[in-house]
Amino acid sequence: MNAMTEAAVIRQHLIDPEICIRCNTCEATCPIGAITHDDRNYVVKADVCNGCMACISPCPTGSIDNWRTMPATRAYPVEEQLLWDELPPELTPEQLAEAGVATDAQAEAAVPVLAQAPAAAAATLAEAPFNSAAYGATTPPWSAAHAYTNLYPPKKPTTATVVGNINCTESGFASETHHVVLDFGSMPFPVLEGQSIGIIPPGVDANGKPHVARQYSVASPRNGERPGYNNVALTVKRVTEDHQGRPVRGVASNYVCDLKVGDTVQVVGPFGHSFLMPNHPRSHIVMICTGTGSAPMRAMTEWRRRLRKSGRFEGGKLMLFFGARTPQELPYFGPLQTLPKDFIDINLAFSRQPDQPRRYVQDLMRERAADLAALLKDSHTHFYVCGLKSMEEGVVLALRDVAEQAGLPWDTLGPVLKAEGRLHLETY
Amino acid sequence: MSTIDYAQKIPNNVNLSDDRTLQRALEGWQPNFIQWWDDVGPEGSTDFEVYLRTAVSVDPQGWAQFGHVKMRDYRWGIFLNPGDANRQIHFGDHKGEKAWTDVPGEHRANLRRIIVTQGDTEPASVEQQRHLGLTAPSMYDLRNLFQINVEEGRHLWAMVYLLHKHFGRDGREEAEALLQRQSGDENNPRILGAFNEKTPDWLSFFMFTYFTDRDGKFQLAALSESAFDPLARTTKFMLTEEAHHMFVGESGVSRVIARTCQVMNELKTDDVQKVRAAGAIDLPTIQRYLNFHYSVTIDLFGADQSSNAATFYSSGLKGRYEEGKRDDDHLLKGQSYRVLEVQNGQLVDKEVPMLNALNEVLRDDFIKDSVAGVNRWNKVIEKAGIPLRLSVPHKAFNRQIGALAGLKLSPEGQVVSEAEWQARQAEWLPTAEDRAFVASLMGRVVEPGKFANWISPPVMGINRQPVDFEYVRFN
Ligand SMILES: Cc1cc2nc3c(=O)[nH]c(=O)nc-3n(C[C@H](O)[C@H](O)[C@H](O)COP(=O)(O)OP(=O)(O)OC[C@H]3O[C@@H](n4cnc5c(N)ncnc54)[C@H](O)[C@@H]3O)c2cc1C
Ligand code: SF4
Ligand code: SF4
Repeated sequence: MNAMTEAAVIRQHLIDPEICIRCNTCEATCPIGAITHDDRNYVVKADVCNGCMACISPCPTGSIDNWRTMPATRAYPVEEQLLWDELPPELTPEQLAEAGVATDAQAEAAVPVLAQAPAAAAATLAEAPFNSAAYGATTPPWSAAHAYTNLYPPKKPTTATVVGNINCTESGFASETHHVVLDFGSMPFPVLEGQSIGIIPPGVDANGKPHVARQYSVASPRNGERPGYNNVALTVKRVTEDHQGRPVRGVASNYVCDLKVGDTVQVVGPFGHSFLMPNHPRSHIVMICTGTGSAPMRAMTEWRRRLRKSGRFEGGKLMLFFGARTPQELPYFGPLQTLPKDFIDINLAFSRQPDQPRRYVQDLMRERAADLAALLKDSHTHFYVCGLKSMEEGVVLALRDVAEQAGLPWDTLGPVLKAEGRLHLETY
Repeated sequence: MSTIDYAQKIPNNVNLSDDRTLQRALEGWQPNFIQWWDDVGPEGSTDFEVYLRTAVSVDPQGWAQFGHVKMRDYRWGIFLNPGDANRQIHFGDHKGEKAWTDVPGEHRANLRRIIVTQGDTEPASVEQQRHLGLTAPSMYDLRNLFQINVEEGRHLWAMVYLLHKHFGRDGREEAEALLQRQSGDENNPRILGAFNEKTPDWLSFFMFTYFTDRDGKFQLAALSESAFDPLARTTKFMLTEEAHHMFVGESGVSRVIARTCQVMNELKTDDVQKVRAAGAIDLPTIQRYLNFHYSVTIDLFGADQSSNAATFYSSGLKGRYEEGKRDDDHLLKGQSYRVLEVQNGQLVDKEVPMLNALNEVLRDDFIKDSVAGVNRWNKVIEKAGIPLRLSVPHKAFNRQIGALAGLKLSPEGQVVSEAEWQARQAEWLPTAEDRAFVASLMGRVVEPGKFANWISPPVMGINRQPVDFEYVRFN
């Protein structure tokens, strides 16, 4: 989207012929006739499909939910798809590069680029549902420090020692969250604010395979939770129910929350090379988070606080939107209260306060539209969103509305924020 | 109006509350339906919470909402696809006229018969499957069975609504009778033969949902072309639900095959006894089940020459599969079609008037669709590097209805003597011993993520949930 000089990229919509049962539901559903079939296969026309997703949930098999990053000029034609017995593999970064697609562009093509679209398609674009993920940057801010990644891949984890573990929410509440500090001793483990690390829980899963690593955002600044020490802090919520609210005991989060000082853990990473903070002294940071999404925000805030103390800062603004069900469940609620108002502009949203209307971060963002609009207009501002997946869309929509009301058309601004590495989304 | 009103006793998107008489009549039928569900619905399932999909509207965003629901609390209701006020009849003698919103007097009896026959198959399959929950090979499969069960129940509602709304007192009586006939009941059986066969084990169930629910797809597709608009709209929505049923069949058999191939490769054997001893279902047994279900199902399309079929078509009651996508005159007068017949002990092709051969046309469309799916199963075997292939038997094999009924034929289509038929039947159709062997594998496996030894896990879970998701909560 940013670079018209590079080859246009699309997310091509494909149907997995090995799973599809040729039931015709998708073809009957697609509002714009993007699906067709012959005796052998059901296929999607790349130049018609606009990624509206209407066909996804009615498909009884899941075979319809397949997407491939492709140079627009090399999109698989219908005739070719009709002959497939299985889906072709993803193009490798090398193959894409060969076709003139820049590495950044690959991940950016999160939605099908509307068929190099003449007038007719414009109408369907307007109707396509909002896809927040499409606006998340895959490049870091220009002034970010260089991040190391994958020093310890899953096959070669390193060991860390637990040097601290406290409950950082009020005890006795459902969403117990721990602040855990891990020390790497003399093993190199450089991290930046916004990166995450992986923890491998001991033991095996139901299929007898070793557990896979779970990711946790780093909650401490680059020079350590304790400055000058080789340690990192994590903010880990004990998972006791799944996203549907059924009781379940999360494997890794419970393991981590139950760790004792002196225990050792297997760690992989670090991960992440774009959700990084800007370093130049006039940059503004807007942080929007819920729950443990506060971890990277704490890291960035703390780094700014240390910089400020050392006098190396020139007044970039910090603005925080933080949501939780109740103050008791909000990680670091106490410490947050003590930060000076002229240092950080804090907005807390509680969704389950007795006798009070539910408020979510996006509600607060709308209330603060005037200030946010000013920040949106400033190219020194960077936005960070982190927390549960379900918050993402509402937040990006609120940002869009704030922008539009301020006369900044989102169609223009959104892609700029993304291209300049100024809007970062990390939800899980 | 496409949103479904769940505030009502009978959820619907047909403004039922505007027609108090109809509403009361259906509310009167509802307790009988629940009684039927309790009596012959899924056995022992009353307290389970099942991860079911429920429609909240009939458009793409709303018709597949997932959540844990007790099956008895599933909100069966009346959902029609949105109508088009200007829809025209697009085939038969009334072509070009406005589609009917009411039943024309002269077609009343035929339409009622079509709807009753369709309606009768829906509770029948629930009855046929009622014991299967006790031997589910996994929690995932158990959930799929239950999803099918509730939706078959809803399809019954769809037909009952049409009967009540458009057929007066006769309609109400027919709707009652739908709950009285029972699959396999000697005195009061279901209307169509295949729906009185037992579905004793999960291999039969998968074959049934592959073949017999596919018959449902073709019948519903033909009805969704109907000049009688309420029928067309009802069946259109039923088709979206039916797709899941066929998926369960196709992927079910495919997973059985995958597991068999895996065992064969692990043991490096194609010896049936060794495969069986390892607890998998050997490919020849799968082929015999296939032969049986295929031949029983193609009987469902009716006699190969039928003047009823011609009448249904010409009068606009029932179209062909994908009628709207075909480019001929949609009248079919003076055209012909080839059907099979026996002359002097040999099968011969015979040209007959197309209009009379419409059952055969639909059967052939079904056959093409079924064969394509069997070839997809073969891909699984091929990928495992095993030389054997499955195939559908000849169209005239083991037929009980139409001109081919009772003919003795090998699956390859050779006419054979009575003696040879008797001698080789065990090669071609499942034997008591096959069924006993398959039955011996049926044990209940319902821990999340665990699967019976004779079947592979699915490639992905339902609604993008993990395979080991708790699809059913036993309370
Ligand atoms: C980039 C990234 C950064 C992350 N940062 C953090 C972090 O800073 N702090 C943190 O606590 N977590 C973070 N997570 C989430 C974390 O990786 C785990 O997913 C989480 O701890 C659950 O793991 P588990 O092993 O306890 O649960 P599992 O055993 O993996 O899952 C148990 C069940 O709980 C459900 N489930 C998983 N996560 C949640 C959840 N968060 N809420 C409700 N249900 C859930 C699962 O669907 C499953 O049904 C991050 C994830 C990513 C991808
Ligand atoms: S809806 Fe899904 S399974 Fe059915 S034809 Fe389309 S892709 Fe295939
Ligand atoms: S995503 Fe939308 S346009 Fe594309 S095939 Fe599916 S329904 Fe059609």
